[in-house]
Amino acid sequence: MTSAWAIALLILSPLAAAALAFAVPKRGRGLAFGTAVVVGAAIVQLTRAVLAGGVQTHRVGGWGAPLGIDLRADGLALLMLMVTAGIGTAISLYAQGYFRSGHDDDAPHRERYFWPLFLFLWTALNALFLSADIFNLYVTLELLGFAAVTLVALEGQRAALTAAMRYLFVSLSASLFYLLGVGLVYGQCATVDLASLAVKAEPGPTLWVALALMTGGLIAKAALFPMHFWLPPAHANAPAPVSAVLSALVVKGSFYILLRLWFEAFPALMTPGVAQLFGGLGAAAILWGSVQALLQPRLKLLIAYSTVAQIGYLFLLFPLAAEREGGFVGWSGGLVFLGAHACAKTAMFLTAGNILHAAGHDRIKDLDGITQSLPISACAFGLAGLSLVGLPPSGGFAGKWLLLNSALAQGQWWWVAVILIGSLLAAGYVLRVLTHAFTRVAAPTTPNPIPPVMEWTALTLALLAVGLGFASHWVADLLRVGAPVIGPVLMGGAAP
Amino acid sequence: MPDADHRIYLLAGAALFAIGFYSLLVQAHLLRRIMALNVMGSGVFLFYIALAAQTPGPIPDPVPHAMVLTGILVSVCATGLALALADRVQASTGRVELEEDEDAADPSDATPVASDERKEKPSA
Repeated sequence: MTSAWAIALLILSPLAAAALAFAVPKRGRGLAFGTAVVVGAAIVQLTRAVLAGGVQTHRVGGWGAPLGIDLRADGLALLMLMVTAGIGTAISLYAQGYFRSGHDDDAPHRERYFWPLFLFLWTALNALFLSADIFNLYVTLELLGFAAVTLVALEGQRAALTAAMRYLFVSLSASLFYLLGVGLVYGQCATVDLASLAVKAEPGPTLWVALALMTGGLIAKAALFPMHFWLPPAHANAPAPVSAVLSALVVKGSFYILLRLWFEAFPALMTPGVAQLFGGLGAAAILWGSVQALLQPRLKLLIAYSTVAQIGYLFLLFPLAAEREGGFVGWSGGLVFLGAHACAKTAMFLTAGNILHAAGHDRIKDLDGITQSLPISACAFGLAGLSLVGLPPSGGFAGKWLLLNSALAQGQWWWVAVILIGSLLAAGYVLRVLTHAFTRVAAPTTPNPIPPVMEWTALTLALLAVGLGFASHWVADLLRVGAPVIGPVLMGGAAP
Repeated sequence: MPDADHRIYLLAGAALFAIGFYSLLVQAHLLRRIMALNVMGSGVFLFYIALAAQTPGPIPDPVPHAMVLTGILVSVCATGLALALADRVQASTGRVELEEDEDAADPSDATPVASDERKEKPSA
């Protein structure tokens, strides 16, 4: 398999599977597993090619930019593809148990639509990460939004439908802001190719307006404070596997485009003021989201607000990686954190789904004795919490450690304070759940039986989030391929 | 084409976009909001077409045309999805406006039917 084939298969195999799953609903599960195998093999092949030969480009139809569409895989794209494949595989395993347990008569109907929509979402994510021009990024962003909104509506109750409708309005208007920005860029630079833009873009009022429009739209889609209002109801009302994929992957699609825009296409416009503004919004998100998470009465809402907070950390990457020389510490820190958060947050939402199915509710104050009835799920939640708080040796720790290192090395001490306060607040909301979970009750209620696969996938992902700390050196090596910033990695993840 | 000519279209596109966005924010009726999104979209498309005319020479730049065609396709799909969803919202809540934020209903405390009755508000 050449890398051109690998790149094509990464998009075509989930797309074909989605279409087939829609036509033959009974085969949805098998198609998802088949996709996981093909996508996994393609990623392995592509990773080898990228590590050996640098950035891989595929010109669709042989046309090439500027007229044709280029697909490109560098270290960053591969990391995102890997995270997506890992989470996608876990969700595929989990969902087959999820839709067959619980006390819901409507579950088969939902499962019928879950598989094609989930596979479409996977297609959109893979295409987004491989896109090399800002217009193709718009198209993939819309595909992603459609699949995500429809998955939110899957639950079918009024709260879910209302949340989906609101999400759709935010998503569509944000995309149009982005599209208008793309038009301005094209009018100014006569290209939409990321690499050509880096050469042609000269800072001026038109480009500033264009970037403001695009960034505004993407911030709303990434749910960065203060545009996070749509996220908690949408993520909390969706079925557990959907909440997981939304929090772990979908919001990161928009974040990924922001990275491509500001670091690759328009580095000339990345002034210290812009970088600090992104960091400031991130800091506000960390504090606001964490405090809201502490106040929530229900587990799924707590996890959703935790996502609002954790997205804030990703944006600390902007001020810490803004310098091309030596920015690599902050760059790899932010992206290791992204991977760890994806695994940990998926594990948490899956655990919440387990509790919801086993206990019939997810009220935090009534979680006493959960460790007695659902020990594996409680363990998964605890391990995922470890990574969210950022305790060693987890991936969350490695990411935060690199961010802290970078902040201290560049004398930006205020971000150190934000990271530490955020970690304390995270410890607060994770422990709030765990104290209830570990309270022993004399007569634990017998939970509804749930398939073991639901518990074990959650635990595996939590272990991955923790184990990522040991792999952060390898992740940094991969990220270096085609990275827009350079410099040493100060520290590996595991050893403090 | 003289310069001032297509500048009007650029400005008209931007104005349509702004009008659409304003309506999206202030209107409550779901159909009006979906139409507002379409007005925003038309503004963007007009903007692209005016950009295509900006190139020197008699032949307009085909690339923005191709982009607008793609954009129209996306916009048709988006409108279809939005209408279907609005229909479901109306069937489920009996209203054509979104309710104020209630973060998430507790799935354990009532059946969907009961929660429908509990939260019914007059739509005036």
